[in-house]
Amino acid sequence: MIDVTDPALRVAGLHYAYPDGRAALRGVDLTLAPGERVALLGPNGAGKTTLVLHLNGILHGGGGTVEVSGAPVVPADRAAIAEIRRRVGIVFQDPDDQLFMPTVAEDVAFGPANLGVRGAELDARVDEALAAVGMSEHRDHVPHHLSFGQRRRVAVATVLAMRPEILVLDEPSSNLDPASRRELAEILETLPVTLLMVTHDLPYALELCPRAVILDTGRIVADDATVTLLADRDLMRGHRLELPFGFDPVTAAATRHR
Amino acid sequence: MGAGHAHPLYLDRAGRLHRLAPEVKIAAVLLFTIVVVLTPPTEFAAFGGYLLLLAGVTAAARVPVPWLLKRATIELPFVLLAVVLPFAGHGERVDWLGMSLSIDGLHGAWNIFAKGTLGVLASLLLAATTTMRDLIVGLDRLRVPSVFTQIATFMLRYIDVLADDARRMRIARLSRGYDPRFLWQVKAFAVGVGSLFLRSYERGERVYLAMVSRGYTGRLPVVAGRRAAPREWMVSAALPVASAGIAVAAAVLA
Repeated sequence: MIDVTDPALRVAGLHYAYPDGRAALRGVDLTLAPGERVALLGPNGAGKTTLVLHLNGILHGGGGTVEVSGAPVVPADRAAIAEIRRRVGIVFQDPDDQLFMPTVAEDVAFGPANLGVRGAELDARVDEALAAVGMSEHRDHVPHHLSFGQRRRVAVATVLAMRPEILVLDEPSSNLDPASRRELAEILETLPVTLLMVTHDLPYALELCPRAVILDTGRIVADDATVTLLADRDLMRGHRLELPFGFDPVTAAATRHR
Repeated sequence: MGAGHAHPLYLDRAGRLHRLAPEVKIAAVLLFTIVVVLTPPTEFAAFGGYLLLLAGVTAAARVPVPWLLKRATIELPFVLLAVVLPFAGHGERVDWLGMSLSIDGLHGAWNIFAKGTLGVLASLLLAATTTMRDLIVGLDRLRVPSVFTQIATFMLRYIDVLADDARRMRIARLSRGYDPRFLWQVKAFAVGVGSLFLRSYERGERVYLAMVSRGYTGRLPVVAGRRAAPREWMVSAALPVASAGIAVAAAVLA
């Protein structure tokens, strides 16, 4: 059973090489406390997506361990991996990849139905998840007819319907207009889950995540308060991370917590 | 369910036929078509009876007749073929308006024209009263192998995405001065089709990854929803039963 003292996520010594032999992860250690919101930063090709796909056992076999609330991710154990995939909900970058069913409601029902939820309970899960992202009135719509921001929110709902303990978002703010970006932030802030957010959008990371880690060349090279990391110009420049023109993380953080 | 999955042949009405479960409608149209095809072409009265039946269904479905006839023009290429038959046929011939026509050919032409028209009208009535999504649900409940219904489901979802991709690529080509007027300029188009295929293939992989992440194990969940009531089966059975009655009566009376 889940021990209250277990971290939500514990990654230790994780290695992975691509099929062509190129090393993607070279010993990643990362621990998330329950309820924590952490940003995973890093340049393109740093191994962020590779790390994310290890969290629910889609990629494996390079050495090291991943534990979700104390339960080890063992890809060979089908029953255990099903539970891991319930606990770790991944929202992929392109909502058109995530939303594949003909209607919004059917798509949101897909995950819980795979977990064996049926009937009225399934309907309740769908309603709850769509309500959490403010998309209830679109439940019978076709995903293709929604705006990009709405599709992104539905993609979050498809994962929420599985009642995950950790929500992993790959570039949640990409391609969103500023209003959709803010709306998504407001939704994410209210969710009672542990959040790991892969992003290049540094102001977004600062707004949503008190803590950030930088992944570069397959290793965690920095792990600290987001504002501290963003304010460290040499560290940032050293890992190809750049703030938008005129953005001062310290001032921004001060207004944030006022 | 399926609001918004309107294909060009769907007519959004609140008719009684729209509310019938899709599986009973599919079964009725299929059986009706089989009866029509099995009727000997010389039973002219029977075909008149079938047409009356379809007229009744059209009225019940509240489908406007001009709307139906306009879409029935899809049949025209086949009718053209049928028109050729009386001229090209062999055997006994009759003279009509100075033209020598083959009797066998006339029967063949009538056969194609009558059965084709009835089949097309019945299918159009099914399409007009059933959304694409419901059609797939209906096929699924009729125990069509799930691999077919799954493929149809994916197609239904991604055909628009794919069309959008193709449209954006075309606009990007045109924006760079592409103006295909000659056959040798088709290369860019062909390359475009190739890259569209690659994009779809890669998307397929990403979709699969996202599905696995949500616990997909190779089976789509069963579509929940209302199953057809016995009364609906009875209502929809009226069409094939009546047509079979007409066929038998025509055979007996002849």
